[in-house]
Amino acid sequence: MRDNNSAIIQNGKYNFQEKLTKNSLSLPPSSIETLQVNITLKCNQACLHCHVDSSPKRTEQMEKITVDKCLEILSNHKEIKNIDITGGAPELNPHFDYLVIEAKKLDKHVMVRHNLTITIDGDPTTGESKKYLPEFYSKHSVEVISSLPYYQEYFTDKQRGRGVFNKSIDSLKLLNDQGYGNENSDLKLDLVYNPAGAFLPASQQSLEQDFKKELWEKFGLKFNNLYTITNMPIHRFREQLERLGNYDEYMEKLINAFNPTAANGVMCRSLLSVSYDGKLFDCDFNQMLGMQIYNIEPMTVFNFDIDLLLKRKIRFDSHCFGCTAGNGSSCGGATV
Amino acid sequence: MNYYESKDLGRFAEVGKFKPDLMKKFFDYYNAATNTDGALSKREKALIALAISHFKQCPYCIEAYTTASLESGANPDQMTEAIHVAASMAAGMNLVHGVQMLNILEKSGV
Repeated sequence: MRDNNSAIIQNGKYNFQEKLTKNSLSLPPSSIETLQVNITLKCNQACLHCHVDSSPKRTEQMEKITVDKCLEILSNHKEIKNIDITGGAPELNPHFDYLVIEAKKLDKHVMVRHNLTITIDGDPTTGESKKYLPEFYSKHSVEVISSLPYYQEYFTDKQRGRGVFNKSIDSLKLLNDQGYGNENSDLKLDLVYNPAGAFLPASQQSLEQDFKKELWEKFGLKFNNLYTITNMPIHRFREQLERLGNYDEYMEKLINAFNPTAANGVMCRSLLSVSYDGKLFDCDFNQMLGMQIYNIEPMTVFNFDIDLLLKRKIRFDSHCFGCTAGNGSSCGGATV
Repeated sequence: MNYYESKDLGRFAEVGKFKPDLMKKFFDYYNAATNTDGALSKREKALIALAISHFKQCPYCIEAYTTASLESGANPDQMTEAIHVAASMAAGMNLVHGVQMLNILEKSGV
């Protein structure tokens, strides 16, 4: 193991590009199907694994002029079929409803990374209620994608904070009441699992069966798909790994689980990530690491050039091993 | 230096430095038995292996199958129940020998 990885691990650095070269892989962009827009870093929660370092104390949020620029890009590019709205809790941005409504008018598929508890908690700083959200989502046929690390309280609350599991269950009931989660419904409700610690996710298919059985039998809840996501060794999760003396071990686990098929399916090949201030990135993780897309000049929504973006070289670094381990990991779950 | 070092688990395959054919046969068998979904799921196999790891008190195996259990979707409740099965079996195996003791006592006229 140590010999095989000697060129990959040098001076405590993990060389993803070297791994690609060893596997004769080149991963250019294939298309831009999804614009993933991070519209605020503010959140009512402060989860242990959060790569965005979100919390109620964060104040960064996308301004209207930048929201409008994103909508203009969607309008001008029919090939961008999806907008994936994330945060933070994206519902805390005052232009959130506007963005959803206008994106739907453009006939785009709208996905929202909804943390469930925001419906119950409301805005953590102003106290503004967010109880309208399930009905709002239903009215605009938004695909709701929500983190629920496990079907039991222990793992969920350990990762997302005390009381989160029970609030999430209450919020899921409200979504089910709107028609979300039924097998034949257009109202899609997907859950996201990520491991509670320094281990890889189990098979997406088998976990989905467990989640469906347990949530139905214990709470009478339904959902459509479960997405398994590998914990990214950056920011809060990296700090936790380092505090527990596990960082190098976790990185070696990811490297040893490198899967070329998963590498071919990495989401950065078909997605662009936009930060609250309009900068463009290959993915949300690169965004949080400040690895902006750079052609002749730093790329933003204000100098958006799809031809240049399709010719770009995707910026890889050690965290990319998280997306290529095992069955692969993306915002849409396993890639293999 | 300790006799058991966690990182040594990653060197398991080096035992095949000599007589590699035997080690290969072992690994083929081991992987086929433990690392595939069959009549038992990988999760069920991981939990059985976790129980045996405790029964045999193998630190390498406890580490490997704690992780394997988590990575097959098991939770701490299930894992803890598995090791209680091992512990209760161990207790039962001790206690059932009490019948031997009773036999000797009876033979002795006690």
